[in-house]
Amino acid sequence: MNAKKLTLKQKYIQSTRGLDWEYSYHSKEEIFPYAEYEGIKIHDWDAWEDPFKLTMDSYWRFQAEKERKLYAVIDSVAQNSGQLGVTDARYFNAVKLFIQGVTPLEYQAHRHFAHLARHLPGAGLRVAAQMQSIDELRHAQTQIHTISHYNKFFDGMHDFAHMHDRLWYLSVPKSFFDDATSAGPFEFMTAISFAFEYVLTNLLFVPFMSGAAFNGDLATVTFGFSAQSDESRHMTLGLEAVRFMLEQDEANVPIVQRWLDKWFWRGYRLLSLVGMMMDYMLPKKIMSWAEAWEMYYEEAGGALFADLARYGIREPKYAGVAKAEKDHLTHQVWTVFYNYTHAAALHTWDIDDQHMDWLSEKYPNSFDRIYRPRYLAWRKQAAEGKRFYNNGLPQLCQVCQIPMAFTEPGDPSTVSFRVSEYAGDKFHTCSDGCKDIFDYEPEKYVQAWLPVHQIFQGNCGGATIPEVLDWYHLKEGVDNLDYAGSPEQAMWNNWMVGRRGSDNLDTKTAAK
Amino acid sequence: MAVTSIQPNYSGPFRDRVENFHGNQLVYVHWEGHLNFCSAIALALPPEMPFRTLAEEVIAGLYGSDPQWASVDLSRARWMLDGVDWNPVPERPIGEQQVGHKSLIRFWTDPVENTRG
Repeated sequence: MNAKKLTLKQKYIQSTRGLDWEYSYHSKEEIFPYAEYEGIKIHDWDAWEDPFKLTMDSYWRFQAEKERKLYAVIDSVAQNSGQLGVTDARYFNAVKLFIQGVTPLEYQAHRHFAHLARHLPGAGLRVAAQMQSIDELRHAQTQIHTISHYNKFFDGMHDFAHMHDRLWYLSVPKSFFDDATSAGPFEFMTAISFAFEYVLTNLLFVPFMSGAAFNGDLATVTFGFSAQSDESRHMTLGLEAVRFMLEQDEANVPIVQRWLDKWFWRGYRLLSLVGMMMDYMLPKKIMSWAEAWEMYYEEAGGALFADLARYGIREPKYAGVAKAEKDHLTHQVWTVFYNYTHAAALHTWDIDDQHMDWLSEKYPNSFDRIYRPRYLAWRKQAAEGKRFYNNGLPQLCQVCQIPMAFTEPGDPSTVSFRVSEYAGDKFHTCSDGCKDIFDYEPEKYVQAWLPVHQIFQGNCGGATIPEVLDWYHLKEGVDNLDYAGSPEQAMWNNWMVGRRGSDNLDTKTAAK
Repeated sequence: MAVTSIQPNYSGPFRDRVENFHGNQLVYVHWEGHLNFCSAIALALPPEMPFRTLAEEVIAGLYGSDPQWASVDLSRARWMLDGVDWNPVPERPIGEQQVGHKSLIRFWTDPVENTRG
């Protein structure tokens, strides 16, 4: 053997695109049936520029190194009772939202990138999708392993995958991802790789990972670091995929624009849950939702869309509405959760004066005028032993599936109701953004599995709330209801008596 | 083309057809100006239900937990059905007064005073 050593570039080409071959036994259309029906025209797959030059052997090496570090930290957190070091037990409601709402999406992403790794006609793109598929599986696993330690002590995390498929607020992330995976490969890449992972990703990861860092959750922070280099690869892939479509054919531009309009809006609506977590659930705050939106979307996104203007792409259609809603969004979502905490696998609570002052400082145009009086009225009701829970079930948006709690841009006293007629039925949506999405593909969204309607149809275990909670696998009086009076609060206070002194305990209780 | 699909003329199941609600129809009610109730409330109601039952039993049962409800006089409320002003007759069934599957009923009880946002 006298083989010349390959250069890095040759080695890369050999072990990625070099693995592809010419198909002789079936037509290209038979082998890649999903490649054309969305109307995206690709003339030259070889023009695809791999955004990162990574081969499988080096991929395994990098990932193994990161895993070793992460699992060392997970062990150490378990051995040193890391749960005792967080700011307050309320923090774990952010972790619950993460494991219930986000981790299952990582798994869905794993599955769908595996699908793309089979079905995209370009070999370079297939290799990238394959690596991302493995990344996403790793993220799902490492998140489950990291959070499993907290599941030993805290409630609401014990059956997250089951809950993800059934609970009303988890149908928001679930239906978001189902929408993407039931679309074609190019729409999926625009939706997940570009709109979500490139444009909006900081609004997901900064709140959760910095939130963990600020609140003493070392395990989740380490998971975040371990995922970070993967995420930057995913972002680059998203940007490159969109550029590639735009450069290949001018006819692709309006299709991509429509997807950007749609997935910006869907992603933004989904992130309202994260924004609520940021403004309300973190005992120690990082920044407000409004500040994060300004920094990560209005500034960074503005520059991005200015850059894409040369292809004929403009800013997503309803970016202005998102800007107009910024002072109200998270307060309205917290209101939803406070209304329906009896049917949620997490807690809500009275917002104390210090927290209200912070909200007032961050939201000077809205908080004292609208939301502080609302919370004070709830505090009064709770003090009288009548903690407010909404006895009805909420009207849901047909598209984003969030209770229809959002108000008209510019009029925070009036709920934004939109309705479409299709094939003899009415379909209600929460905004022009969601209505546009419905109207363009009504045949898709008439199929929406809306949790409230499913209860009325008798498909959720029974007609009473206890039967439905059972069907959710939600433990009444443990996983749900106000934090005040919860088993979690009692446990936390017991732990803290010896550590932080009884003066620092929050012993407020509320009637259920 | 009502959906981008690999199958021409693909049509999916309508999940919320009125037939799926066992003789009831979906109706949404919303008390305007009281957003401590986060959104409109979804109900499955028989179309034979008289409006009076809806107002005095169902709606009162839903909103009665609000301390302000005690001072509400529903007979003086302003009603809107599916975006149009509406003057319901208390004794008549809602199904005979244009309330259909997935109708939205909004009502105002205090047009001037709106302290609660």
